[in-house]
Amino acid sequence: MATFHFELVSPEKLLFSGEVEAVVVPGIEGQFTVMKDHAPVMTVLKAGIIEVQETTTKTNKLFVRGGFADVAAGGLTLLAEQAMPLEQFDAAQLAQEIKNAEEDLADARTEEAIKAAAEKLDQLRELKSAIAA
Amino acid sequence: MASLKDLRNRIASVKATQKITKAMQMVAAAKLRRAQTAAEAARPYAERMESVLANLASGVTGSGPALLTGNGKADTHLLVVATAERGLCGGFNTSIVRLAREKALALQAEGKTVKILCIGKKGYDQLRRQFEKQIVDLIDLRSVRQIGFENADPIGKKIIAMFEQGEFDVATLFYSKFRSVILQIPTAQQLIPAEIPGERAVSSAAYEYEPGQDEILATLLPRNISVQIFRALLENAASEQGARMSAMDNATRNAGDMIKKQTTIYNRTRQAMITKELIEIISGAEAL
Repeated sequence: MATFHFELVSPEKLLFSGEVEAVVVPGIEGQFTVMKDHAPVMTVLKAGIIEVQETTTKTNKLFVRGGFADVAAGGLTLLAEQAMPLEQFDAAQLAQEIKNAEEDLADARTEEAIKAAAEKLDQLRELKSAIAA
Repeated sequence: MASLKDLRNRIASVKATQKITKAMQMVAAAKLRRAQTAAEAARPYAERMESVLANLASGVTGSGPALLTGNGKADTHLLVVATAERGLCGGFNTSIVRLAREKALALQAEGKTVKILCIGKKGYDQLRRQFEKQIVDLIDLRSVRQIGFENADPIGKKIIAMFEQGEFDVATLFYSKFRSVILQIPTAQQLIPAEIPGERAVSSAAYEYEPGQDEILATLLPRNISVQIFRALLENAASEQGARMSAMDNATRNAGDMIKKQTTIYNRTRQAMITKELIEIISGAEAL
């Protein structure tokens, strides 16, 4: 299968750079898959899982939180606010964080705080389902 | 003339100082390597960000967001001065502060209002003497060992919040660019309105935007400010260690020179005393 250039960068470092076959990107208006010669698109990212298919048999999954995807002629560039390989997540720790987030949501008073807490909880739940899958 | 014992003490104390400066130099060298790697690792993101932003900004027609085009005024200036938390690093802090001070005085001479936001205690200490009233806040990063994006992000958000409340019109960031161990360049960089470096002629017509171009720009610009601050802090960290390393290298060498000089004086004095004693014995024997 044809490959294209893919780069994943977070503020701290370059996480991935290389040729890949396909990448599933969680865009704010829905997931989409980028393959070679995709039309130029720029989109805001939602917190979620990106699936990087390096070869037909090898797929990496990473969690990203916020950022941008830029599909241009040169390939795909993901500017993630935070990115981490799924294997690095600890299920027990995640469960604890979800519990904390639920408590935060219950404690939140202002509208803004409620929104922020709910968003965080959503992210964590999504992450949990992705790990379980 | 100093007695032999005084000289010995003096040499011993210089030697002790030399040991300290030598150790500080080695610590700075180790930290520098880490800071440099961090600065280099952060470069791709900032570069990508810049090109994406340039790409987007070139497509903006008419009035863009205030963060990009400014709010039409230039009366109140915010100077964000990023310095180190510690001294003993040569002219590092002073040169950043000097640049900021010159800018502040120039702006005041033009009749503009100046506000100063300090990141790092050393810059605050130096600016406080002259601009006590202008300093709006001090951000302390002393407890931070390795600067992460999570340190820079709140600073960016704070600046944007101030901008939205109309507390200033133009923001400039002062920091030191790291070139090499012996060369750090104090730099002033305009944050708001955003300076877009060299707009490239990319055909943005074929681009598709999700949600819309303006919405993306509206989320990207605040992010860009945090990224610029993050980059400045990393550059600063590397510069600080570089400056400290060369300052301590100089100090160690100076101490070495001083020890050499003092040792010569010590030996001369010792020989003079021996000669004097011999003369006394001989002339005493001759008198008999």
